[in-house]
Amino acid sequence: MIYFDNSATTQPYKDVVETYTKVVQQYIGNPSSLHPLGRQAERLITQAREAVSSLLGVKSKEILFTSGGTEGNNLAIKGTAFRYRNRGRHLITTKVEHPSVYEAFQYLEGQGFEVTYLPVDKTGAVSVQKVKEALREDTILVSLIHVNNELGTVNPIQEVGRLLADYPKVLFHVDHVQGIGKVSLPFKGSGIDLCTVSGHKFHGLKGTGFLYLREGIWIDPLLHGGSQELRHRAGTENIAGAVSLAKALRLTLENQQNKTEKIKQLQGMIVNAVREIHGTHVNSMEDGAPHIIHFSVPGLKPEVLVQALAEEGIYVSTKSACSSKQSEPSRVLQETFRDEELAKSGIRVSLSYDNTEEEANTLITTLNRVIPELLEVVNI
Amino acid sequence: MKNIYVDHAATTPVHPEVIEAMIPYMNEVYGNPSSIHTFGRKARRGLDEAREVLARALGCQYEEITFTSGGTEADNLAVIGYAMANRENGNHLITTQVEHHGVLHAFEFLEKNGFDVTYLPVNADGIVSVKDVENALTENTILVSIMYANNETGAVQPIQEIGAFLSEHQAVFHSDAVQAFGIERLDMNELNVDMLTVSSHKINGPKGVGVLAAKKELTIQPNLYGGEQERKRRAGTENIPGIIGLKKAVELMETTRNEKRALYKSLRETLLSRLQEADVNMLVNGSHEQVMPHILNVSFPGVNVESLLTNLDLDGVAASSGSACTAGSIEPSHVLAAMFEDSNRSQSALRFSFGYGNDLEQIEEVAKRTIKIVQRLQT
Ligand SMILES: Cc1ncc(COP(=O)(O)O)c(C=O)c1O
Ligand SMILES: Cc1ncc(COP(=O)(O)O)c(C=O)c1O
Repeated sequence: MIYFDNSATTQPYKDVVETYTKVVQQYIGNPSSLHPLGRQAERLITQAREAVSSLLGVKSKEILFTSGGTEGNNLAIKGTAFRYRNRGRHLITTKVEHPSVYEAFQYLEGQGFEVTYLPVDKTGAVSVQKVKEALREDTILVSLIHVNNELGTVNPIQEVGRLLADYPKVLFHVDHVQGIGKVSLPFKGSGIDLCTVSGHKFHGLKGTGFLYLREGIWIDPLLHGGSQELRHRAGTENIAGAVSLAKALRLTLENQQNKTEKIKQLQGMIVNAVREIHGTHVNSMEDGAPHIIHFSVPGLKPEVLVQALAEEGIYVSTKSACSSKQSEPSRVLQETFRDEELAKSGIRVSLSYDNTEEEANTLITTLNRVIPELLEVVNI
Repeated sequence: MKNIYVDHAATTPVHPEVIEAMIPYMNEVYGNPSSIHTFGRKARRGLDEAREVLARALGCQYEEITFTSGGTEADNLAVIGYAMANRENGNHLITTQVEHHGVLHAFEFLEKNGFDVTYLPVNADGIVSVKDVENALTENTILVSIMYANNETGAVQPIQEIGAFLSEHQAVFHSDAVQAFGIERLDMNELNVDMLTVSSHKINGPKGVGVLAAKKELTIQPNLYGGEQERKRRAGTENIPGIIGLKKAVELMETTRNEKRALYKSLRETLLSRLQEADVNMLVNGSHEQVMPHILNVSFPGVNVESLLTNLDLDGVAASSGSACTAGSIEPSHVLAAMFEDSNRSQSALRFSFGYGNDLEQIEEVAKRTIKIVQRLQT
């Protein structure tokens, strides 16, 4: 069994699961309760917040725990738009965002906001120049994906952040869900105001995540009720989830330090091998994120290849998991390559730091055998 | 001295079997349910099964279950989501003054967005009158939200009656049943409710999971956009282990509900009569008949609840002043304020709430310790 679908979700680290279960068993209080059990729970979530913030070099009150990346993105985007709508109603994003960003913006278009969806170049990246040209007097938010979840393309976040430093009324949000632990992005000094992270993409648990919200910025909440999460998010805290998230982050950042070269090597092996297979087209970039390899086999339905590999115990994916059900071509690939055939036949291989050379070799051998077989069937 | 937890209305310990059920869904079945390969499909199967169990438990259809990150999110989705999506049918909403903040603050948000909200009063027992609902109803009313059981007093509202009455009206009916779930049998059809909220961590499930059950023909504006999950009512990768934990908690509760109800009833009666027999000045807050068996809210006139709680702490009893979500600091309770003019009464109010792990012996002990402290503080 070889799991190469780590951009869809990851296997939680053993330590993460242990931390979660330990906290669940030992801390039964509600952090809002005044008795010792409540205060212990409150202290624990404060510690988790401190652990996350110190790993990222930010202040602990800048970290809000959420239920995941989708909530983080919706909170950041809708919360900023509604909070500052009296300042202006123009918003900027790109055409290749994850649906949790893209659809939040589409919703805002129906609420009286005007959205500029920036085009991307043929690597799938947005240019600083394009952002600059789109800025207006009434722009209040720029939201960019850091690492694209389909192609692994890395956007020039720090450059855009530097540009936006000259526009103090424009807030800058980054969807860092695929980037964290894979492609470094300093939260401080990059001009970022809001940044979304999701636990289950780096061996944390599903239903966990956080939003970085720079000190001094207020946004409208998505959830109204109690005054949890420094009044930004109502609802009883998932304490064990938050503690396990801090654990996952620490382990992932350690792995990033020690194992990035290793997975870059695996990525290179796979890319080179796929290039050699007749009828394939590698879509991901040399300088993209180290964990994503994306290619198309024009003429071949990607589900067929996914299934053929699954029969051999190798798990990869078509498009992003969230839209796998839709049979439409990928919006991201369409916008990047403007080639319907490529966009319809994309396959994503996504690595974790625990994947091995042996697993990569098995994938390569299998692709070498399976792709020509399947293409032969198609061509009859 | 042994510590005794009587704050189960705030949150409950997770049942050991619940954790056990979750572990395989963290270690092995970790796929994304949206993925088309085996990993994804196994996770999807777990999700489907949980949805079936919840639908059965709430008396609704499979596709009417939406998993959320908790009770607050489900309340917000019901109230804000329904109101926003159905504005063209009317601008008027009805709720009560004693709702949980997850409902109340959602209505306040809607007021700021141009809706007209009627906050119905309650009587001294904490109960809303069906007549008041009828009188408040207008042609423009699109939503009525009334909690099943109050989290501070345990007072149970006449949901079925109100539901029956509303079935003739365009207004849909939402009920926050977070405190009733696990103890009362909930059937959306029998109750005549269109939307129902429950939360996992109140029934010995994990925190961070909740459910909105909502009739499938209702249009609800999502709070979270960005994926096909939960039939587009709630985007985001599903919290599979959490949902599996909730499923297990529901299964455990279904086999033990009747026993538990009987046990809590006897715990409540015991504690109440011990307090009444003792030489302390005491008032019971909330209805005597229409009340959840796991909640007992009492005031001790002349006693400041903060010092009472501190003393109970020292004696190893974890109880609460009001709902945990208004706590953190002790703010005056909006629920008790709606029931009585007398603000002293709410400043001396203490909530005991029972649950998994409590037994008669513990409650006798709680009674003893409480009486001793109150006697000291009242002299
Ligand atoms: C780039 C990106 N943003 C946001 C999300 C959504 O995160 P979550 O699955 O935690 O809701 C995902 C993953 O699905 C993603 O890849
Ligand atoms: C009646 C009631 N509704 C809603 C909630 C909120 O649920 P959650 O804590 O899961 O957000 C609670 C508990 O806090 C409650 O008691």
